[in-house]
Amino acid sequence: MGTTLFEKIWSAHLVDDEQPPLLYVDLHLVHEVTSPQAFEGLRLAGRRVRRPDLTVATMDHNVPTEPGPVRDPLARQQLETLARNCEEFGITLYATGSGREGIVHVIGPELGLTQPGKTIVCGDSHTSTHGAFGALAFGIGTSEVEHVLATQCLVAAKPKTMRLRFEGELPPGVTAKDMVLGAIGQIGVAGGAGHVIEYAGPAIEALSMEGRMTVCNMSIEAGARAGMVAPDETTFAYLRAHGVEVRPEWRELRSDPDAAFDSEVVVDATTLVPQVTWGTSPAMVAPVDGVVPEPSSPEERRALAYMDLRPGTPIREIAVDRVFIGSCTNARIEDLRAAAAVVSGYRVAPTVRAMVVPGSAAVKRQAEEEGLDRVFTEAGFEWRQAGCSMCLGMNPDVLAPGERCASTSNRNFEGRQGAGGRTHLVSPAMAAAAAIAGRFVDVRELG
Amino acid sequence: MRPLVSVTSRVAVLDRADVDTDQIVPKQFLKRIERSGYGAFLFFDWMKDPDFELRRPEYAGAQILVTGRNFGCGSSREHAAWALEDYGFRVLLAPSFSDIFRSNAVKTGLAPVELPEPALAALREAVAARNELTVDLEASEVRHPDGLVVPFALDPYARETLLFGLDDIARTLEREPAIAAFEARRG
Repeated sequence: MGTTLFEKIWSAHLVDDEQPPLLYVDLHLVHEVTSPQAFEGLRLAGRRVRRPDLTVATMDHNVPTEPGPVRDPLARQQLETLARNCEEFGITLYATGSGREGIVHVIGPELGLTQPGKTIVCGDSHTSTHGAFGALAFGIGTSEVEHVLATQCLVAAKPKTMRLRFEGELPPGVTAKDMVLGAIGQIGVAGGAGHVIEYAGPAIEALSMEGRMTVCNMSIEAGARAGMVAPDETTFAYLRAHGVEVRPEWRELRSDPDAAFDSEVVVDATTLVPQVTWGTSPAMVAPVDGVVPEPSSPEERRALAYMDLRPGTPIREIAVDRVFIGSCTNARIEDLRAAAAVVSGYRVAPTVRAMVVPGSAAVKRQAEEEGLDRVFTEAGFEWRQAGCSMCLGMNPDVLAPGERCASTSNRNFEGRQGAGGRTHLVSPAMAAAAAIAGRFVDVRELG
Repeated sequence: MRPLVSVTSRVAVLDRADVDTDQIVPKQFLKRIERSGYGAFLFFDWMKDPDFELRRPEYAGAQILVTGRNFGCGSSREHAAWALEDYGFRVLLAPSFSDIFRSNAVKTGLAPVELPEPALAALREAVAARNELTVDLEASEVRHPDGLVVPFALDPYARETLLFGLDDIARTLEREPAIAAFEARRG
């Protein structure tokens, strides 16, 4: 019996044969929000950071995306605390203004830190993004952050495995975001609970690394511990372009043909269309040419009331007030190119306020070199500095109560982008099209 | 972390599925660098609704929360577990918990006990008649004063952590020679 990609990485990182399993961590990414209490815990117990050389920090959740000082005193205190902690414990920090800062899941791959076969953790649920490179990457809580800082290991129960195959070719105008939203709609927000998902199939193999990162990013929205894709030539080309020497053993990092998974799911990629969420969980999703469905549970009834939507309303008749293009799901260069291609030559609807927040300082620089910033600003978009921004609204970028937003982010929970705000998750091209039309449109119908 | 052997208390019921950690504690409170004091922010937006379940006078002082499947989904923020614990809860009973939240809860001294839906329905019914439960981690069972007994299984490591209020890091550091040997092996 063969073994899965997950099992190969898992077993290579067990420090011994004892129970409970102790998993060695190759890369620990740290940000300002989930780390202060962990560092304080180390100090109180007189413990050190075991491997500062395997620990990298950045500032992303709290940072304002407009130039100037951090005005919020609590945010400033949290950012300064991270800087102090990194200095005290000898950890490399890519601080705001360093030119290498950005959303932690965008800069890891950019800096060549994210590599096949690694175990990667971070105090952030979207750490699953890094699995796109054939790494085992997952989010942890603050106590576990402290545990990894102190021991470079995690006590972890072995998850189950799921293979999610996208069969067939993706139709034109349909993106990685639509693939993952469609899959979540199919298996549900707890469909992957307790599992590591390996994404496979021709439609996954055809994706760029940016697309694979989008898919793996939202594994947590299906409840999964992690998502991963076996590394291939696409992976190796990305790594080389980011200064990483490709190791021969990475070519062995794939599930054996006879490997058994605890569960198997198949999604037909050929029938996918652009997706738009209508509710307050990522599984409450509909095709853009569909309608808001009849609610089938108390949660769906509550969601419709919160979203102020009626069953039977065509998705394309839903008007938006705000558009947010950003987040660790969809703020890499390819995402900005896709949005700019839709925007070019048009104006943002007068009823809409739209913003683009690049995923990192490097993405921002590259977009500006390509002239994408001018495409956006000439169309009436705000062009901001890198950060998590309105994906979770910890910084000043938030929705006002009742505002409706087409967002390229990952969560449409109640109040996620601001108390009372209403979020619809879409791909970058769909968000750009909504900005111009003032409502959802099928991006495939645009010239 | 204080040990959790057994809790006898009144019970609050929040019968909703997929309660995410953004609801349990919204983002504006994650800027604090302290670990305590989050109870005041528990379900901050939902608490504004006078009809919100946890505002019912009969739930005041409850240390046991009965809730729906996939509780604690979404963001990894441990602040959600801190808020529940600081508010006064010590045990959560649900059909399932999200993976990260379950781990965060244990490390906060909050027992995430999974029970099948029929058992939870029976407990909800019993509690509606007489609002009291005992959750006994030593015996691994939930008991109602009228005689209903429901056994449960917690992960053995999590159970030990909770029962004795153990420091996970200290336990892992006992395996330091194995960690060092692993590092040496890998070069």
